[in-house]
Amino acid sequence: MRGADYVIRRIGFALLTIFIAITINFFLFRVLPGNVVSDLARVPHATPQLRHALTVEFGLDKPKWQQYLIYLRELVRGNMGISFATQQPVSRLLINDLKNTIPMVTIGTLGAIVVGIATGILSAWRRGSASDHVSTNLAIAFYAFPTQFLGLMLLILLGGLLPTSGMENPYAGVFGTQTTIARLQDIGLHLILPALTLLLTLYGEFTLIMRSSMLETLGEDYVLTARAKGLSDRRVVARHVVRNALLPIATLVALSIGWIVGGAILVEYIFSWPGIGQALWQAINQRDYPMLQGGFLVLAVSVVVLNLLADLAYFKLDPRISQ
Amino acid sequence: MSAIATEAGLAGQVSRGRAGLIRQAIVERKAASLGLFIIAVFVVLAIAAPLIAPYSTTARTCAVFAPPSARHWLGCDDGGIDMLSEIISGGRISLVIGFVATLIAMLIGGGVGIVSGYFGRWVDITLMRITDYLLVIPDLAFAMVIADVWGPSLSHVIVVIAILEWATTARIIRAQVMSVKERVYIKRARSIGASHARIIGRHILPQVGPLLMANTVLTIAVAIYLETALAFLGLEDPSTTTWGTILEHAFDRAAVSAGAWWAIVPDGLVITLLIMGCFLLGQAIEDALNPRLRVAHLSARRWALRPLAGRGPDAI
Repeated sequence: MRGADYVIRRIGFALLTIFIAITINFFLFRVLPGNVVSDLARVPHATPQLRHALTVEFGLDKPKWQQYLIYLRELVRGNMGISFATQQPVSRLLINDLKNTIPMVTIGTLGAIVVGIATGILSAWRRGSASDHVSTNLAIAFYAFPTQFLGLMLLILLGGLLPTSGMENPYAGVFGTQTTIARLQDIGLHLILPALTLLLTLYGEFTLIMRSSMLETLGEDYVLTARAKGLSDRRVVARHVVRNALLPIATLVALSIGWIVGGAILVEYIFSWPGIGQALWQAINQRDYPMLQGGFLVLAVSVVVLNLLADLAYFKLDPRISQ
Repeated sequence: MSAIATEAGLAGQVSRGRAGLIRQAIVERKAASLGLFIIAVFVVLAIAAPLIAPYSTTARTCAVFAPPSARHWLGCDDGGIDMLSEIISGGRISLVIGFVATLIAMLIGGGVGIVSGYFGRWVDITLMRITDYLLVIPDLAFAMVIADVWGPSLSHVIVVIAILEWATTARIIRAQVMSVKERVYIKRARSIGASHARIIGRHILPQVGPLLMANTVLTIAVAIYLETALAFLGLEDPSTTTWGTILEHAFDRAAVSAGAWWAIVPDGLVITLLIMGCFLLGQAIEDALNPRLRVAHLSARRWALRPLAGRGPDAI
């Protein structure tokens, strides 16, 4: 019963946060100083008539609350407006961008989690040894590296070996047709540098958390019991310590999602990966406000939803949380 | 044996108070002194920048992307401007952005945390929904949108970072205030007729002060991180030189394909070093305030403090 309460409450919070996100997204663009939509009417040499016509066309003559209701209504219908730059529906463009972003970010993040957990376990197991010191200090350093700096370093070091820009070779299909396998291989090669940058910026924190979580679990009574039963070290660590030490990693994943998105924006910018971060940056440069507004909303909503999923996963792993 | 030693240590710490504890933490921990030293060096460099910087940051003094040499230790950028001078004076603005944004964030976060934790009820509920929003929203995306809508300028970048970074602090201070407020001496103060302002000023503020300090150090790291990221994306006043814009210029003007690693590496390392310094110092103060955390791991999020009090829904 309490568990169901917990789940319902979390979902309620998530919905409320999404609503706040939508509202702020509206007011950010229409009410705050530097009112952007009014920029449209500020075309050089525009006659007052043209300005008025534009204002009416975009519904800007209506009161703010009415504009807000229209915005909500259109969002519910999945309409995020038309991109100024490409004259295509923002929602369709964003779905394409998301399709490119998701594999790259997923591979980078999962890689970071796996590497972080593995190095954290080894560090805690061989605590105090030279390898522990090296691994912990490396983790702190990578944790402090600005993402864009890491990306540039990888460009310098590996730029000659791997493709550094875009998602696939634009000329591959020009002479003759390209097989699906060859295309996937090409995309995979392009994916290495962006995903690796994301992995390196993220993994340090997982290492540090996993290490201290392991050390704490190693001091628990049931670990002593397991030892007393005569289990081998390997078995104690693998079966009794690691499983329990993994819990904080779930929390950390949930709390890092906002950071992962930030890192992904920088990575996509550096490697021209045609994803949503790149789209956001382009929208800023082209003054494409519908695209910017839509992209930001999609990012915000995805973070809230992923957070909710992580919360629910944590609840599944550790039902004590609802008590 | 060790238990007795710890108790004696704790008794000593209590008598010295929390400010003394922070001092002790810094003196006793190598990592903390190192962190403090790094920050201090950068502050001194920033203050003395015009005296130290060997060359002008506006006039050409050498060839385009000239490699490091005896005269130009870190080489030159795409405009023939000495890298070392650029990094020294860039640190000035980066540090100002980091420090001022953090100061504003601490004032808002501290204020909201105290008001929210002390008064509770609907004030608390409203303020906490706002922090919920700010805590989950992707920082960089939000900062990009605001910086763009407002236009690129130094003060806008500062305000954007401040707006984004107060929420964690508010949460931690709130949790601490909620636990302090229930203590007997506060109840006694109230029963003898002390006003809210007096209770907050005399009894609550001193209890959350050190916590705010630790959080300040950690927030400086986040602020500088965000500044460099925003600058890298070209959302900062293009006429200023900061650690962020140096990387941006290097990337924009193809320093990578020109093989000019000296336009990228020293600047990136300087940013990393300062962030590490803040991290080491902030963590040490936090550990000193909250010995329970020396082994614990429930770090909230990057560079953030863990709440001293409050578990379950209050623990962020």
